[in-house]
Amino acid sequence: MPETLFDKIWNRHEVAPGLVYIDLHLVHEVTSPQAFDGLRLAGRRVRRPDRTLATADHNVPTDGTPVAQRIKDELSRVQVQTLERNCAEFAIPVYSLGSDHQGIVHVIGPELGVTQPGMTIVCGDSHTATHGAFGALAIGIGTSEVEHVLATQCLVQAKPKSMRIRYEGDTGFGVTAKDLILATIGQMGVDGAVGHVVEYAGPAIKSLSMEGRMTVCNMTIEGGGRAGMVAPDETTFEWVIGRPGAPGEVPDEWRELRTDPDASFDREITVDASAISPMVTWGTTPGMVVPVTEAVPEPGSEQDERALHYMGLEPGTPMQEIKLDRVFIGSCTNSRIGDLRAAAAVVEGHKASSDLYAMVVPGSQQVKVQAEREGLDEVFRRAGFDWRGAGCSMCLGMNPDIAAPQERVASTSNRNFEGRQGRGARSHLVSPQMAAAAAIEGHFVDIRGWEG
Amino acid sequence: MRAIETITGRVSVLNRDDIDTDQIIPKQFLKRVERTGFGEFLFYDWAKEPGWELPRNPILVAGRNFGCGSSREHAPWALEDYGFQAVVAPSFGDIFRNNCTKIGLLPIALDADACAAVAQAREAQVDLREQEVRWPGGSARFEIDPETKHRLLNGLDDIALTLAQADAIESFEHDRERSGPVTTAL
Repeated sequence: MPETLFDKIWNRHEVAPGLVYIDLHLVHEVTSPQAFDGLRLAGRRVRRPDRTLATADHNVPTDGTPVAQRIKDELSRVQVQTLERNCAEFAIPVYSLGSDHQGIVHVIGPELGVTQPGMTIVCGDSHTATHGAFGALAIGIGTSEVEHVLATQCLVQAKPKSMRIRYEGDTGFGVTAKDLILATIGQMGVDGAVGHVVEYAGPAIKSLSMEGRMTVCNMTIEGGGRAGMVAPDETTFEWVIGRPGAPGEVPDEWRELRTDPDASFDREITVDASAISPMVTWGTTPGMVVPVTEAVPEPGSEQDERALHYMGLEPGTPMQEIKLDRVFIGSCTNSRIGDLRAAAAVVEGHKASSDLYAMVVPGSQQVKVQAEREGLDEVFRRAGFDWRGAGCSMCLGMNPDIAAPQERVASTSNRNFEGRQGRGARSHLVSPQMAAAAAIEGHFVDIRGWEG
Repeated sequence: MRAIETITGRVSVLNRDDIDTDQIIPKQFLKRVERTGFGEFLFYDWAKEPGWELPRNPILVAGRNFGCGSSREHAPWALEDYGFQAVVAPSFGDIFRNNCTKIGLLPIALDADACAAVAQAREAQVDLREQEVRWPGGSARFEIDPETKHRLLNGLDDIALTLAQADAIESFEHDRERSGPVTTAL
């Protein structure tokens, strides 16, 4: 019987009906302390420390704080130190502050080569779907499930439904992976993929870099999806092979990781990639999004009205007239070396507007080192951007990087929820290139026509 | 986890769609390493808005796609700590829904009309065994995964249930486990 990519991975990992074996469990400091407490209370051990990897990311200050003991915020410090202690007690490798491998959990998994095609991966984080870019089944879980996976290396999970999002046509100049996924969420709604594992397909996906595919899969949860994935191909293999945790050559079974031609999905939708423009969100969900060439829309519901009020926007205002107070380039969506190169190419030779504060936060220490080797840090610094240390930073404001009430932010992150980047902060989600150009002009611009 | 049969009582209403877990429990409270005491921070920012009212009742009725966004289990912890035992909504975020069932907070999906009727009735009974929500003047059936239902009805520990299948896990590891990656060898 023909199978989807999702079926293949699922079937190969089912220990018993509804019980799935997990090949890799990624852990961070926020969603794990109570899980380790649970293990201790019940006298349980971690079944497979060798399939588990931890890092500190959400609470990490991006000011170069060298060790956890030096984190100024007491609660953050305790949370990171608790992770370090728990990992020591249960023999789990951990990359905390001061480690060359520290970084956002969804950045370091792929860069260390422990994210590989055909795997099952979980993490106590909703953006775990990022790893699906490699043709893995990567599912975000809660703390009770973290405890369950630590203890059993399995996840209790009724099989989700399957969905394919097929992109037709090629994307135009200046249109990025971020625009693809924002436009897709705008089309299907923030609950459009609830209950489904999504496979992204079509030439527009195939032509994306691994960074681009990660950006697309990363935001699957913003459309409600359980997981997002892309079938692995030569682009994938080339990226993975040779990394520290990866094999030296492509295993044969990786080449079979694709949906069979006659396999059927529970749901399929089509997105016209050629019609997508650079996108900007205007509201308080990622689905409240328009092309940068358009204006803030008329509210169609009470929810829209509430969002416009929160965002301090008037319907009919052209998106390109919206002035900004901050620009944030970073997060598990857009903080990889490819993202930073793309932003730097826009910034090169320009100055950030004096009306705003712009920051660039590499996703990991390794991304930071690589960017500095290429001189990207200097490009940003010369343009007046703040060049920071690795972490989740202003994506969610659990660390000192937060926006003030009513401050308007162009952000390459994944969520524009109320208060996400700071109480009362107004977030607009965009691609790294759009964020970079907006930083220079002080307002959104259409990157396609922008000449600097 | 305690066993659940029925949940009976008054209903609180939060008639908004796409309520994300950042609203349910904002990020600054995620720094705690404990599992208890999140109730007082429930809807922390919204609770400061004029006209906000959310009585501590056993049942909450909310809008579509409740609990979307972040995987933070702190959201169900906060709802439960506040006093809610069941949340009724037209649909839920997947991770939130899973998290709820792990701690014995019942996520009940009913169609929008039934949700509105429960909200209007102001009191209701959730009967897990019969998979039915009843309110003065009406009732509606809800779906729940049979395994989850069994676990909730009997207050069973998920991990203990899985560990009872240790033989199956061991034979999977012996026969079918993929080679690598080995995180301890990096």
